[in-house]
Amino acid sequence: MDPLTLSRLQFGLTTVYHFLFVPLTLGLSWFVAYFQTRYYQTRDEEFRKSAKFWGKLFLINFAIGVVTGIVQEFQFGMNWSEYSRYVGDIFGAPLAIEALTSFFLESTFLGIWIFGETKIPEKAHLASIWLVAIGSNLSALWILLANGWMQHPVGYVINEVNGRAELVDFFALVTNPKGWLFFWHTIAAGLATASFFIIGISAYHIFRKQNVNLFKSSFQTATIVGLIASTLVFFGGHTNGQYMYETQPMKFAAIEAHYDTSAPAPFSIITIGDLTGKQEVWSWRVPAVLSFLACNNFTCEVRGVDEIQAEYEALYGTGDYIPLIDFTYWAFRIMMTIGFIMMGFSFLFLLATRGKYENAKWMKWVPWVIALPYLANSSGWILTEMGRQPWIVQGLLKVEDAVSPNLTVVDLWISLIGYTVVYGALAVAMVYLMKKYIVAGPDAAMHESVDVAPTLVGSQD
Amino acid sequence: MSYEFLQTLWFILIAVLWIGFFILEGFDFGVGMLLPFLGKKDEERRAIINTIGSTWDGNEVWLLTAGGATFAAFPHWYATMFSGFYLALFLLVIGLIIRGISFEYRSKDANPKWRHTFDWMIAIGSFMCALLLGTAFSNLARGVPINADMMYTGNLFTLLNPFGLLGGVTMVSVFLLYGSTFLTLKLEGELRERARELSKNLYVVAAIVVVLLAFFTYTSTDISSKIGVNPGSTPLAAVIAILIAIFFINRKMEGWAFLTVALHIVLTQVSFFTLMFPRVMISTLNPEWSLTIYNASSSQYTLTVMSIVALIFVPIVLVYQGWAYYIFRKRISTDKKTLIY
Repeated sequence: MDPLTLSRLQFGLTTVYHFLFVPLTLGLSWFVAYFQTRYYQTRDEEFRKSAKFWGKLFLINFAIGVVTGIVQEFQFGMNWSEYSRYVGDIFGAPLAIEALTSFFLESTFLGIWIFGETKIPEKAHLASIWLVAIGSNLSALWILLANGWMQHPVGYVINEVNGRAELVDFFALVTNPKGWLFFWHTIAAGLATASFFIIGISAYHIFRKQNVNLFKSSFQTATIVGLIASTLVFFGGHTNGQYMYETQPMKFAAIEAHYDTSAPAPFSIITIGDLTGKQEVWSWRVPAVLSFLACNNFTCEVRGVDEIQAEYEALYGTGDYIPLIDFTYWAFRIMMTIGFIMMGFSFLFLLATRGKYENAKWMKWVPWVIALPYLANSSGWILTEMGRQPWIVQGLLKVEDAVSPNLTVVDLWISLIGYTVVYGALAVAMVYLMKKYIVAGPDAAMHESVDVAPTLVGSQD
Repeated sequence: MSYEFLQTLWFILIAVLWIGFFILEGFDFGVGMLLPFLGKKDEERRAIINTIGSTWDGNEVWLLTAGGATFAAFPHWYATMFSGFYLALFLLVIGLIIRGISFEYRSKDANPKWRHTFDWMIAIGSFMCALLLGTAFSNLARGVPINADMMYTGNLFTLLNPFGLLGGVTMVSVFLLYGSTFLTLKLEGELRERARELSKNLYVVAAIVVVLLAFFTYTSTDISSKIGVNPGSTPLAAVIAILIAIFFINRKMEGWAFLTVALHIVLTQVSFFTLMFPRVMISTLNPEWSLTIYNASSSQYTLTVMSIVALIFVPIVLVYQGWAYYIFRKRISTDKKTLIY
């Protein structure tokens, strides 16, 4: 493989891996803050235990998100130096602001939250977990504004002298609708991920008749949040799609394998392409639905891949402007299908909580729903990043022109293998600890470690 | 504000971020390296980790902010340095990863093998970070091969020259001393005395390599032509600060011992950035090809926006991070009843 392919592979792997942990951090932080607040208000021990238990799992997950996040910030310069030179004037700003406003906030107050319970007033300790939640979600905003700029560049000019993009309107950068649409979609997805995480683990304990009251309370809270969040994910996604049609028509068409411009445009349930992925062989389509997805009515014209390719060649010169349609097409279908399943499940679970669901046989299978948001989250990022290809910054800079020119194949194999090995080991340790703490339950979470529990952490006696 | 003023301001701000990082994370790296050697029993090791447990992550953010600020203010510096030092930075990132995850995971299982493994990963990760950062900084002072297109033309072995490695060894030694004086300040009882005894030995090594590095800075960098044979008060004060640390260590004035080593680190960094200014990366191929704050910077508009952001948020960060240190100002005992896991 050539250096470009290796750098892309490494960026893809490290980013998807990082994003396995991020949504749960974003969503679960709010739950932990909520349970701790409920304890503060009601003095109900069950809420205190809930905050501790979900808090422990939050920490196990958070740690990997933090350490793999370092790679994210460094590899723009390491692997994509030409990109960094070209956009640093613009893209560097949200990254620096993210570190300054969010990373400091979440890491400092997480330290205070973990170690400070007996050292500061209870209110301050409660405030610190809220600040952790705000900090991590704020960090999502800045990085998504940065990513939003790559998808839909705003507030810039091309400097004719040095040939790079330069910022002229910071306000446009921070109000870029692309970034904000990503933000709402991602925040809602984070809450949905955390909800399904809690639903699955609560069901595991309820089915085994362990701490039933505590887990029923968690289960009910999570089904309500899960239903609201997955509905918001859906509307956010739909709005994202329409804005994508306006700003990135090629990505939109590629996601739908929509080759020929048509009005009204049909929605593809299944399309089989040829081996190059550039031609359609057979498809099953529902009339007019794609028009609705693009512009909220059933008649508008939706431009196809072939027409946009011709237009881009006229605009940017000869080249292939079509993303890998098999990836974008299937990633979108996986994401969307799972999104609907999650909405349906959370609605059904919510209905079930009105009856005697704790004795139901089907509860045994509920823990498996935890896998759903992970598949959907990864698919979402794969489609949005691969759908932008061949561009790294839509319409301005191609990926092939962005890679660090000095890196050799040997450099890249060393780092790619290195990251893979270390990330693999992290995953093993994380899964081992998660499983152990989940199975051990809330009483063990009140102690320093689940194996030896001589000292009650933070106990007043 | 003039463009030149903003470029100078951001050079100073990035220098401040690096100094903040080394001041705070310096003792974290030292504590990390000392962990398996100083802590014999499990609760001793936990007590050692707890001296930095609540604040190490916040300290590390200084590095991330320095990286982000370099990207935003001097994109060419960020691009040339990060792509040029590719494998060194890859190893640095691995060091940061294994160390960071170990702080959080080591106590979450009671199996002695599990804890032993993570304790060693903390030590090895901290060692890698200190060694690599020291090597990188002395190479920046010495200059690296950069061509007319601002591209680094060397490889990992270019960085492993004697002066570069001496810089790495110096940073490791100084951070070991810094960590041991910090532990003397933060621990209680027998463990505190062991940290103090260790400081005395670590002092000898640190003092020797610091003097050596100061000497070889004359032969390996352009300091004599840039600043003159008389280096001025800052580098001299840096060397003197670490040399007098032993006075305080021997008299059990641990606060002063810690402060003199901290002062040494600040003054060394100030000397480094003075030597560099206005260059940010020195080219050994042709002085004309060096990256400076003028040819590597962002536009005036971006620097203005970022200055406003920094003016608002840096004081806020300093206040709450200061508060975090205030909360955890007390000494840590190895008493199991008070240890937080």
